[in-house]
This record gives sequence, C-alpha cells and structure tokens, in this order.
Amino acid sequence: MRAIHALPTDGTTMPHTSGAAEARPLRIVIVGHVDHGKSTFVGRLLHETGSLPEGKLEAVEAMSARRGMPFEWAFVLDAMQSERDQGVTIDTTQIRFKTAARPYLVIDAPGHKEFLKNMVTGAAQAEAALLVIDAAEGIQEQSRRHGYLLHLLGIRQVAVLVNKMDLVGFSADRFGNVAEDFRAYLAELGVQPTCIVPISAREGDNLVRHSPRMPWYQGPSVVQALDSFAYTSLPVDRPLRMPVQDVYKFDERRIVAGRIEAGRLAVGDTVLFSPSNKTAKIRSIEAWHVPAPPREAYAGQSIGVTLDEPIFVERGEIMSHVENPPVLTTVFKARLFWLGATPLRIGSTYKLKLATTEATAVVEAIERSIDTAELASLPPDRIERNGAGEVVLRTKRMLALDEYTANPRTGRFVLVEDHLPVGGGIVSMEGYPDQRQLVTVRATNITQVGHAVSRAARAARNGHKGGVLWFTGLSGAGKSTLALALERELFARGWQVYVLDGDNIRSGLCRDLGFGPEDRAENIRRVGEVAALFADAGFLVVSSFISPYRADRQRAREAAGEAFHEIYVKAALEVCERRDPKGLYKRARKGEIKEFTGISSPYEPPENPELVVATDALGVEDCVALLLRYVEEHFRV
Amino acid sequence: MDHLDELEAESIFILREAKAKLDKLAILWSLGKDSNVVIWLCRKAFFGHVPFPVMHIDTGKKFPEMYAFRDRYAKEWGLNFLREECPPLEATDPTLPPAARSAARKTLGLKAAIQKHGFEGLILGIRRDEEAIRAKERYFSPRDETGQWQLKDQPPEFWGQYMTSFPQGTHVRVHPILHWTELDIWKYTRREGIPVIELYFAKDGKRYRSLGDQDITFPVPSRADTLDAIIAELETTRTPERVGRAMDHEAEDSFERLRAAGYM
Repeated sequence: MRAIHALPTDGTTMPHTSGAAEARPLRIVIVGHVDHGKSTFVGRLLHETGSLPEGKLEAVEAMSARRGMPFEWAFVLDAMQSERDQGVTIDTTQIRFKTAARPYLVIDAPGHKEFLKNMVTGAAQAEAALLVIDAAEGIQEQSRRHGYLLHLLGIRQVAVLVNKMDLVGFSADRFGNVAEDFRAYLAELGVQPTCIVPISAREGDNLVRHSPRMPWYQGPSVVQALDSFAYTSLPVDRPLRMPVQDVYKFDERRIVAGRIEAGRLAVGDTVLFSPSNKTAKIRSIEAWHVPAPPREAYAGQSIGVTLDEPIFVERGEIMSHVENPPVLTTVFKARLFWLGATPLRIGSTYKLKLATTEATAVVEAIERSIDTAELASLPPDRIERNGAGEVVLRTKRMLALDEYTANPRTGRFVLVEDHLPVGGGIVSMEGYPDQRQLVTVRATNITQVGHAVSRAARAARNGHKGGVLWFTGLSGAGKSTLALALERELFARGWQVYVLDGDNIRSGLCRDLGFGPEDRAENIRRVGEVAALFADAGFLVVSSFISPYRADRQRAREAAGEAFHEIYVKAALEVCERRDPKGLYKRARKGEIKEFTGISSPYEPPENPELVVATDALGVEDCVALLLRYVEEHFRV
Repeated sequence: MDHLDELEAESIFILREAKAKLDKLAILWSLGKDSNVVIWLCRKAFFGHVPFPVMHIDTGKKFPEMYAFRDRYAKEWGLNFLREECPPLEATDPTLPPAARSAARKTLGLKAAIQKHGFEGLILGIRRDEEAIRAKERYFSPRDETGQWQLKDQPPEFWGQYMTSFPQGTHVRVHPILHWTELDIWKYTRREGIPVIELYFAKDGKRYRSLGDQDITFPVPSRADTLDAIIAELETTRTPERVGRAMDHEAEDSFERLRAAGYM
C-alpha cells in the first residue's frame, strides 16, 4: 500500500498549469471523536475531488473482498496492516487533494484519547481545521477536547461537519440541535466556527455539491467551506524577531544564523540581542548560490547575517530591532495543554524550550486546571494528562519572549520531561512587568542621569505603575469630588498618588495665564506636561480639569504616552446646572461669566475615553469603587 | 516567498537544529534526487559548506551511472565522503520476500557503519509522500537501542520544537525534506540547477522514477527526457513514485517490516 500523491483529472477540479507561481497547498487537519467518520470523510473527499491514485479504489475494493469485509471508504487511508487490524487510525498521515480553487494537504489526526499527542502533532501544522461530529451520537469527549486544543494551538479557522446525516434521516432538527450545542461550547472558548455543515461522508452528501436530500440546508458545501479558508500569512508586519539558532565560523565570516519568525530586517539596521542586551549593526546578509547578496530579509526566511562588531552572541538569543524588543522576564503566566504521563504539579521542574532557547522552569502556581472533555474546572493542585490549565512559570535564567497575542511564534513554548515533550503553552504577561529596564541599568551602568532609576524599578518599589488619570467633564460633573475621594482611598492603600487641579496649578505654575482661549489651552498644556513628569516619577496623577477641547486632551495624551488614561466624568448639563456647587452656572446664565463651558462655550466629549463614570446615574461611593477597580486593574504591578 | 522558498526555509531550519543539538551526525547519500537535494540544502544552510560526513552504503549493485555520479560530485562538492559496504545476502532475514531481503542488506550495512563510526544520528532524504509508512514519520525520529522504530509511540512534534535530547543509546534519524513532494524535488532541482543522474531521463520510452539496486529497480514507461518534461509528467500522473521498486509490492507489510527494522 502506498501514500496518496496524485492529481485530479475530472471535471470538478482545475487542471494544473505549470510555469506561473502556483498556490501552495493549504494545510488542513481533520479532527473529532473516534468513529465519528474522519477517515471515511477523507476517503470519500479524495474520491469526490478525483484525487485518488489510479487503481487505488479498485485495489482497496479487491482487498476488502479478499478479506470478506464490506468495502469502507476509510480503508483507502488505512494503509497499514496494523491499522486495519485495530480498525483505528493511529497517527497523522498526510494526504493531498485539489479543488478548483487550490491544492490541499490533509493531516488526518487520530480520534483516540491515547493518541492526543499525535493529534497535537498533526493539528499544530495546520492552518485550518475540520471538526467531525456524528449526528447520531452528538458531541463526545474528543469533540470537546479537540475543539479546545485547536484553540490553544492557535488555529482560528474551524469548520464543523455534522456527519452521518443518513443515520438520522437527514433531519434538520437533529442537525440544528447538534449544531447549536457545539456552537455554544465553542463560544465558551471564544471560538466562532466558520460554518457548520451537515454531511454524509459515506454517501457523499454536501461534500462537493449540495445534497438534494437536505434542501433545508443553505450554507456552504464542504469544498466551499474549505475554499473560504485563508492561508496563514507570515507576520512580516510585526516587530522583528529572529531567534539565534547558531553562530558559524566555517571560513573567515562569523555568521549569526536563524529563521526570522516575525518582521523584517535590512543591511545597516541596528539590532538588539536579548537577553544579553547587546547591539550591533547588520553588515551583510549572507547566502549561498543566489544571484546577488540579499539586502533585506523577511519573516519565514532562514537566513544568516554578519555584524559590524564582534560581539559575543549565542544560540537562544532573540535578535530584534532596538525599538520594540521582546519582553525580558523570569516569570510569566501561561495557558497550556498537558500530554505527560505524570501530572503537572506545583513545584515541578521542567526543561522549557521557547524558540531556540532552553531554560529550567519551575511551576510556581496552578491558577486553573481544566478537564477539556467537559470544560470543567478541577482542583488546581495538578494538571492531568490530556488536560489543560493556567499556570505561573518561573525560570532562573532571564528569558526573552513575547506575549502570545503580540508575537505568537516567540510567545509559545514546549515543556520537556525526561527528554520527552510533555506540554505546550502560550505566554501571558498579565500582571507581570517587563524586566528589561531593570536589566538594562544593571548591565550597562553607563546610562544617562535621567534613567539611573528606571520606570520599572520605581513601579516595582511602589507596587504600581505611574500614570495619569485625566478627568474631563463639565463643571459640576463631580471631577474634584471624585478625584479627592480616589486620592484618599489610594493613599490609604499605600499608593503614590497626587491630585492636580485648578487651584494648585493656577496659583503657581500658571499664575501668568488668564482665561482667554489661548491661555486656557496653554494652561492645559502645562498641566499635561507636569502630569507626565509625575507619572514618570512613579506617581499616579489624578488631574481634574474641565479641559473641554479634544485637541488639548490629545496633547496631554501625547505628553504622557501610554500612561495616559482619559476618564470621562459624565453628567447631563441639566444635572450639573441643578447641582451648581459654586453658583457659577447662575452667574453664567446672567452673563456675568463669559465663555462658560456648556453655556456659552462648547464642551467636546471624549470619543474613546478609557473609562466613563456617569455621576448622574451612580452615587459617589459607586463611582469611587468603579475608579478603584479600574486603577487596580491597570496600574497594580 | 514562493512555495519552494518556504520548503527550503523549513528544511534549512531543521538542518541547523540538527547541527546545533546533535553530535556525530552523517548524511546518508543514496545518490538519488532526494539525497542530492539534502546535500544542496546543507550548502544553503551552512553557506556553501557541508559540515557532516556524507556516507554511501554501497550494495555493490548500483548502476554504473550512479557510481560515476558519486565519484564526480563527492570531489566537486568537496564532501567528506565515506563509503561503507553491505554484508552478503545470507546475512539477512530469510523470511522476507526476495526483493525485500535484498534491500535488507542495506539495513545491515547501515547498522554496521553506524556502529563503526559511532554516529548518534543520520540525516536522510525521505519524504512523507513517497510511501504510506514514511508519512507517519517525524522530522526528528528516535530509534531505540535495538535500532527499532516505535511507530506507535512517537514523540509529539509541534511549533518547530523537535525532540533533540535522548536517553543513552538512542539513535536519531533526521528528515529535513519530509514535507516535500516528488514534484517539489524536481522543481527545486530545476530552479537550483542541481545535477542529477541521467537514468531519471527517458531513453527508448522508459525512465527511472526512483533509483535503487539494479536487480530490484525497474524503469517505468515515460517520454520525459528533460527536467521540464519530468515536471510536466508528474503534474498529471496518477502512478505512484515507487512503482518500480520491487520490494514494496511483494506483500502488504514488506515495507513496514523493513522500516521497523531500521530501513530508510
């Protein structure tokens, strides 16, 4: 028996044309519970798309007859003696076929629980997945497990096939129930299936064209669903990441080699190596047997570069640009799946492999342990084989990595125990600071005065980051009341917090300014700059100014950068006017105050504030509680 | 990057992982189109160099064209070339069918060579699409102390992380072109101008699609006498590549038995 590699010749598929840059195969994986019909589906799909090798069908039919067994489409795939004996697919095989749109590489993953590591091996290579569910049996253990793992493995394109519709009389109701149940399950994971297709793999319904036996189904056929999947594109537009694989000195050149996992680089770029924190310039991109030496390189390429300085670099470091470097840390959170025979436990030590680096990692905490078959939480003292969970890992050595969401290829890792890969996970830095600043200061010791104490060091000592809470809103909306209450609460909790408001600014820093539009704008500009300095010094600043103009607030935002949080203290004008704590609205109505915001001068409400506090809907205590929660969430280290 | 660029980049990555993580590696050179591509990819990965010994396990029954090719390019490519001989047929498992038995000589020769040189691993040019059992392979595939392949209990392999450390006594096979197809090999050979043995080109209406020992390898009907013609032929054929390899067809499980015992 042999592997299937053949090209279609019938009318349902497009003839192959040579010469032009052709589409590469899209890699898809077929997953689902054992006996839900994956192999039958693949066998039939190959037949329907004219992709079976010559004589294959006849050979399998003859073989079935010889063994006195009724022909099954799955036999087409069960190429191995042992598989036929056991009646299950034990490992991932790779099969190719073509539709009119493009070629496909099918990775058929096993449905047996014991073979989850093979399912992971197969699925991790895929760009899209088909998840097969038996219409009669409905959702089973491995349907859920596979759904969960696809998500964790980073596969976002999933079509669900509700198979064996012939066994349920092509019932629209039965399909609807299964589809709804599974959609609800996937929604809990945050997964939205591309589509859910009712099929009969054995009889070929809805594989290529719509089945007359299910006229109630209006969605895509399987082939249409396949053709709607997108290729996984290489992250060329993300920040540069090239994990160093090796440094070669075969001849007079010293070449730093690796695969670019994200971004791009060009000759002349200054690059930073992490975690060693060394920089150099790219002198050349080396290549053998190319028409001209390359000047640039992109994500996906395996390259080698020479540097302008002979710095010591080794395998495991990540090369980036100086801007947008990876995170440096010795502790991070991870969501992981577990394949090890021995459960993962708190205090256990594993070898961690992330990109090309290796480090010893200790499980510091298990925050959640999940039974992926039921999506139920288990006691968080361990994560069992085939389970998943959320853990905190700590390493002795400093690691260069990324949050998975920022750069997946340098934000995922494998854990190894006794030489065997036993788990895989994705990195979250939620709640943990980047330690780069601390390291930079310690490592170089020649930094400018202004950076002798880093922001991260201040945050580490204070227990919170510095920042600006920029309260904006009408006079009487409650800015000062809330600002002072918040300051009191945070100070009591040990925070470095300070309120900037009209009084303490106008009497000193801005006493040269009046109340005309230019002076008001300059007033706000100065407040913005002062707030930014306080934030840099590690303080949480609460500024309390009407600041009616978006442009002024935008300038303040630019001064403080990411530390700036715009808080819209919101109340209807009528409410503010009724409150009128200083009697200003009355005077403005009488014309005693010119250019009074809301009466004779505009207020431009924020378009995208970080937080809205509606003081006309909530009491003061509730507003302060809301602010405290926000502050804890965004500034606590 | 086009499809060939992607295949090449992946293979280079695997070769560099092998070089960085494993000691005492050798490339197994069958002189065929696939192992020629592996050597070529090494030169790409290592900037013109082939930093591993390149070993030919010689059954003594190859075609004269193959020996001529070997002697020429071992020199021209500056290879650290090793030639090892195979034991006689009598040394092989007598229960195997005749052609498989002939092929099994190579397995024995290979085992002896591994022992003689103390290689911890071998780099091989096998591909998933060649043969159903090869489709089950990993890029880094451990063999236990007896040389056996634990087909049903292979390590998981994902996210570009391979099994690169092993218990004492394990031997590892590295498969840098596992993900290529026969068509990819020819297209890459054409693009890169990699030399090939002329037996692959049709003569008198026949050509070899796969090369092995003279007595158990047969040409297939073909008019493809250039690289372009071979590529055009493969783009429409539905005949499997190893159709001319006798040992694959004697029994349903011949190839599986050969592989489990350490055949390539």
